[in-house]
Amino acid sequence: MRVLMAMSGGVDSSVAAAELIAAGHDVVGVTMRLWGGESDTGCCSVSDVEDARRVAQQLGIDHVVFNFTEDFNRHVVDPYVDAHRIGVTPNPCIECNRHLKFERLSERARVLGFEAVATGHHARIIHLDDGTPRLARAHDRAKDQSYVLYTCDRDELDRTLFPVGSMTKDVVREKAVALGLRTATKPDSQDVCFISRQGGRESFLGNRIPLRRARVVGTDGQPEGEVESVELVTLGQRRGLGGPGGGPKKFVVDIKRDGEEATVVVGPREMLMTQFEVIDNIVWPVGQPDEVVGAGLAVMVQCSAHGETAPATLQVNEGRLHLNWFEPHLRVSPGQSVVFYDPTDTYVVGGGIVSASRTQ
Amino acid sequence: MERFARDSFANPTGSHRASREARQAIDESRDQIASLLGVLPGEIIFTSGGTESDNTVVFGAVRRTGGVAVTSNAEHHAVLHPVEHVNGIVVPVDAGGVIDLAALEEVLRQTPNVAVVSVMAVNNETGVITDMKSVSRVVREHAPKAIIHSDAVQAAPWMDLAPITAVVDSISLSAHKFGGPKGVGILWLRQGISVEPLMFGGGQERERRSGTHNVAGIVGTAAALAETRAEMDTVVRRVGVMRDRLVDTVTATVGGIHEVAPRSSRVPGSAHVCVEGVENEALLFLLDQANVCASAASACASGAMEPSHVLHAMGVDPNLARGALRMTLGHTTADADIDLAISALTESITHLRRS
Repeated sequence: MRVLMAMSGGVDSSVAAAELIAAGHDVVGVTMRLWGGESDTGCCSVSDVEDARRVAQQLGIDHVVFNFTEDFNRHVVDPYVDAHRIGVTPNPCIECNRHLKFERLSERARVLGFEAVATGHHARIIHLDDGTPRLARAHDRAKDQSYVLYTCDRDELDRTLFPVGSMTKDVVREKAVALGLRTATKPDSQDVCFISRQGGRESFLGNRIPLRRARVVGTDGQPEGEVESVELVTLGQRRGLGGPGGGPKKFVVDIKRDGEEATVVVGPREMLMTQFEVIDNIVWPVGQPDEVVGAGLAVMVQCSAHGETAPATLQVNEGRLHLNWFEPHLRVSPGQSVVFYDPTDTYVVGGGIVSASRTQ
Repeated sequence: MERFARDSFANPTGSHRASREARQAIDESRDQIASLLGVLPGEIIFTSGGTESDNTVVFGAVRRTGGVAVTSNAEHHAVLHPVEHVNGIVVPVDAGGVIDLAALEEVLRQTPNVAVVSVMAVNNETGVITDMKSVSRVVREHAPKAIIHSDAVQAAPWMDLAPITAVVDSISLSAHKFGGPKGVGILWLRQGISVEPLMFGGGQERERRSGTHNVAGIVGTAAALAETRAEMDTVVRRVGVMRDRLVDTVTATVGGIHEVAPRSSRVPGSAHVCVEGVENEALLFLLDQANVCASAASACASGAMEPSHVLHAMGVDPNLARGALRMTLGHTTADADIDLAISALTESITHLRRS
């Protein structure tokens, strides 16, 4: 099969490329140039492109670079900034996968005559008894990335390969060492690629939107402190709220915006517990299950990239999808993605973004 | 060239017999190049390439006088970035890709201490030729003390450089653009004009560019320039016909092909077109698969194609600029290459528009 292998310059995609070649596929490596600005977090940088190119040379395949910086700005960076401006917490890596690694690259690959796109993600594609493809958790559960890939629809699943999804990370590194790849001991990338470690979110956002100081008050309205930038405060946050040390732990339980004025409310953890969330921007990779408009669909839900899962049911209520937890659950910050897995917690059935507007 | 690359390893600045041989080879190359450019041998400085030559003039002139550097917004980055780095002034080009002389005049009138005005003779992306005589006239009148520099890297294969050196103070050349080795450049600097060197050290090139000479490269450069000049008239005629056939056939077959400047204002080796309804990155991939080596604009450090600053400067519609394709013909291009390019282009464009 003719496969376009997305090579980030990391160890996973390096080994993935080697696996495809070993399996007899006709492979071309591609590195997407996504972020055009400064970066020091070890992603999308020139040195990563060099690593990817050198690995491709070592493996004896062609390597090209596609410049998707405009798309990246439009679909990832601008929405990230907008989200912070209006006070929701974005998942830029999910949007990047959704719009760049799948929509954009997948389409480019199709046009150029490739039958599939492969990435170095730790996830698997399984087929149910009726032949339906499903995005499943990686063999290495600790490295599983299915959460950030949930937007992958059926067409994309049919044309995507995850060659290292059934390997543990240790095996990936062993293979890289055995092949003598220069990326063998390269650390995993962790951070948002366009935010520099040195400047952080504050300097990145501060160069793009006004950051506003906000009062921090208790649930009784008494002042507790101040934060420099309300745009950086997240629901459930505990640190950096300017409050006095000692005493019971306090968490952000609400962020109130009244025109230019903003107030951060802190309170005990119990106040963050909820029975439900309302979900927008829903993705059903192989179609919406009937149960969500009927008696409710039982799922396991994951609320962050490496978060734990909890059981819930999904049900459409007055035209909106409600996620009803079995047990009271910590509020999920609006803007975050929640991903629904089947009750055995094996494969993705859908996902969406926690709504900023709820009636309660 | 091969002798100096393989057998003759002496450093030309030494005092022994082997050094003298290398020294002589450089001196002869310098004489040969000077005569081809219509300049004096002592005015020729060997560098590592066009980029170093351009940087030397821009930084060197500004450092020497404390004055301002001026250039156009369609220049090669080897000029544009140094000028921006020293907070110089960037003058727009017109829709035809040539520096706007009225705007240049205005800048020169309002800037009392212009150190250098750098205007390329031929644009590296579009092949557009600038009449250096008219640029020179404006600069001499309004900034008589300024050095007039011209990045003539792309002019060398296609035109006699003597008329250019007659009206400017310095030019940059890059050997590999006229069949010489990569990594060798020429900076011609008119006698009586001096700039601060970029490189200090052993004082080679009359202390204008320190560093051991690339003897083999210099010998190869002189030989390549001589051959280029000798064959120029024939090559220009032959390549012009091939370029026209390439662009005309593709245009007639697939349509939607735009040339951003008339061919009469461009060098014959430039087949620059904008292909409607196609992303050039995808087109370049397909052409590469078909063994056609082309380019779009210029590549960034990662190897990715950057949107063209030249087309932006000319006011070309960004959607059209996304389909910019830069094909270059040279003295080795044969009719069979054009046949291959035509079939690969028409097939790729048709395929991409259908997808």
